[in-house]
Amino acid sequence: MDNPQDTQKKYQDYIDKKSPNSPILKNCFNAFWVGGLICVIGELISQFCKFKGLDIQTSGTIVSIILIGISAFLTGLNIFNKIGKFAGAGSLIPITGFANSIVSPAMEYKSEGYVMGVGAKMFTVAGPVLVYGISSSIVVGIIYFIFK
Amino acid sequence: MQKIGKQTIQFNCPPSITSTACIVGPKEAQGPLAKYFDKCLEDEFWGEKTWEKAESKIIKETVNMVIAKSGVPSSNIDYCFAGDLLNQCISSSFGLRDLNIPFLGIFGACSTFVEGLILSSIFVEGGAGNTSLCAASSHFCSAEKQFRFPLELGNQRPPTSQWTVTGAGSAIISKTGNGPFITNATVGKIVDMGIKDANNMGAAMAPAALDTLITHLKDTNRKPSYYDAIITGDLGHIGKEVVIELAEKEGFNIRSNYNDCGVLIFDKESQDTHSGGSGCACCGSVFSGYLYDQLKSKKLKKILLIATGALTNATSSQQGESIPGIAHAVSIEI
Amino acid sequence: MQEFFQNINYMHILYAFLVGGAICIIGQILIDKTKLTPARILVIFVTLGAILGGLGIYQYLVDFAGAGATVPLTGFGYNLAKGAKEAVDQYGLVGAFIGGTKAAAGGIAAAIFFGYIASLISKPKMKKQ
Repeated sequence: MDNPQDTQKKYQDYIDKKSPNSPILKNCFNAFWVGGLICVIGELISQFCKFKGLDIQTSGTIVSIILIGISAFLTGLNIFNKIGKFAGAGSLIPITGFANSIVSPAMEYKSEGYVMGVGAKMFTVAGPVLVYGISSSIVVGIIYFIFK
Repeated sequence: MQKIGKQTIQFNCPPSITSTACIVGPKEAQGPLAKYFDKCLEDEFWGEKTWEKAESKIIKETVNMVIAKSGVPSSNIDYCFAGDLLNQCISSSFGLRDLNIPFLGIFGACSTFVEGLILSSIFVEGGAGNTSLCAASSHFCSAEKQFRFPLELGNQRPPTSQWTVTGAGSAIISKTGNGPFITNATVGKIVDMGIKDANNMGAAMAPAALDTLITHLKDTNRKPSYYDAIITGDLGHIGKEVVIELAEKEGFNIRSNYNDCGVLIFDKESQDTHSGGSGCACCGSVFSGYLYDQLKSKKLKKILLIATGALTNATSSQQGESIPGIAHAVSIEI
Repeated sequence: MQEFFQNINYMHILYAFLVGGAICIIGQILIDKTKLTPARILVIFVTLGAILGGLGIYQYLVDFAGAGATVPLTGFGYNLAKGAKEAVDQYGLVGAFIGGTKAAAGGIAAAIFFGYIASLISKPKMKKQ
């Protein structure tokens, strides 16, 4: 008799072989061009801001706000999840995915009310991004302060 | 009623399934079994404000429908066994709170429907009552919300993932009747093969289904060919393949008469449901709609229904626990 | 407007497309190969961006590809880290706590605000597929 861990390991290997893989080439292709396109829209907005004489920091913020707005709008229209299904990381990795991850739980948990539903659940997916993003920026700041 | 073998109950006066009813959502209505369902909804909310309320309404209306179809006044129904996937089984208890039938809530994840059939049969044959009702429901949107991600999140479903069936199935089990009859029941053990991928429930549950199937065949001393059909609850395409291959290794050939409700309910190619259907309503609605019809019209005379469940929740999978599986079987003959 | 179109730097647009797309491919490989959840992938990207930003490496990518490097979530992390460093220059140690959030304030506030508005006016719908 095999010991249980071996049996489990064998079963896991068997399942891995049995399970179909994601169509990774097709997924990567879609992610590439949709992600690229979103960045191109960002770049166009950014160049327009610079053309209007805005500085880099402000231009960058405006790019973020506009892309986040578009993403929130498309999520509200029940369109973003279809784009996401098609493009995968192509719409997840750009700032649009961050916005979608805030808007989608906010909509979903509206049924639990505006405070503990929308307000609290808004950050179920995006919360960790802010926690780790901001924390690492503080660490970067402190290290920079020490070694400056 | 007596126990035979390791885990099987043999009913000496087999209880009869006198009527069934099922209601399903719009996606199931586009599937190949649409014409067998009693009612297909046009949208997932069914006029309610939340999915949870919609699910409660589905199980409530399904139960009302099965009572109406059976012709038995609800005051003559002695017990109701019902369950679902939401925390603390709120769909069943909220949906059935006005039912006025003694109620026992049950949880067996997606195996709940057969768990209800088994308990109903035991209560009825044991003399605790004459008539018992069982029901189970699930809802794609409420299940996604509780177990996975918000619906509007733009994520991709991996090819091993399964689609929770929106709907409910219900059956009335009576001491007397013209069948189909529940002749045996095999209560399954929890089987955990260490699968942790919540997107591959079929693989997690398949060993439990296999264990119950083989135990049942050994306990009853039957061959797989005894049954016109052996049907599992919601293993999906991957789980189905796994069960066929592992059963073959154990010396049971079930290739010709085995199928799965999760495979039957959707058309994989056109409906993009990946590995197939899942949820309490998968087995519940496919049995109450399609299989019951096949039994009544004698196209199938002996079936073994093995409902499978993944005994997991959102917290346990976040804590890295594996997914224990369960499977209960009933043999139904006419 | 016409004047703007004449002034578009098409090479930068191309670089933005290629670099932005390439970063998304990395994300897609993580999704398909590792079974990481979307939240984990976003966390990995933002943290990686902050580290590379802190080391000054990500700056080269931003100079080369513009929005192709700043729009992906690694750019969000880079922006946080860059903000923290600049604030340290200006305010000393306390800047480490001010700079990051300040630099990303526009994006965070926009996401919260638009998210709230969207939840007010629309309802989630069943995925058709």
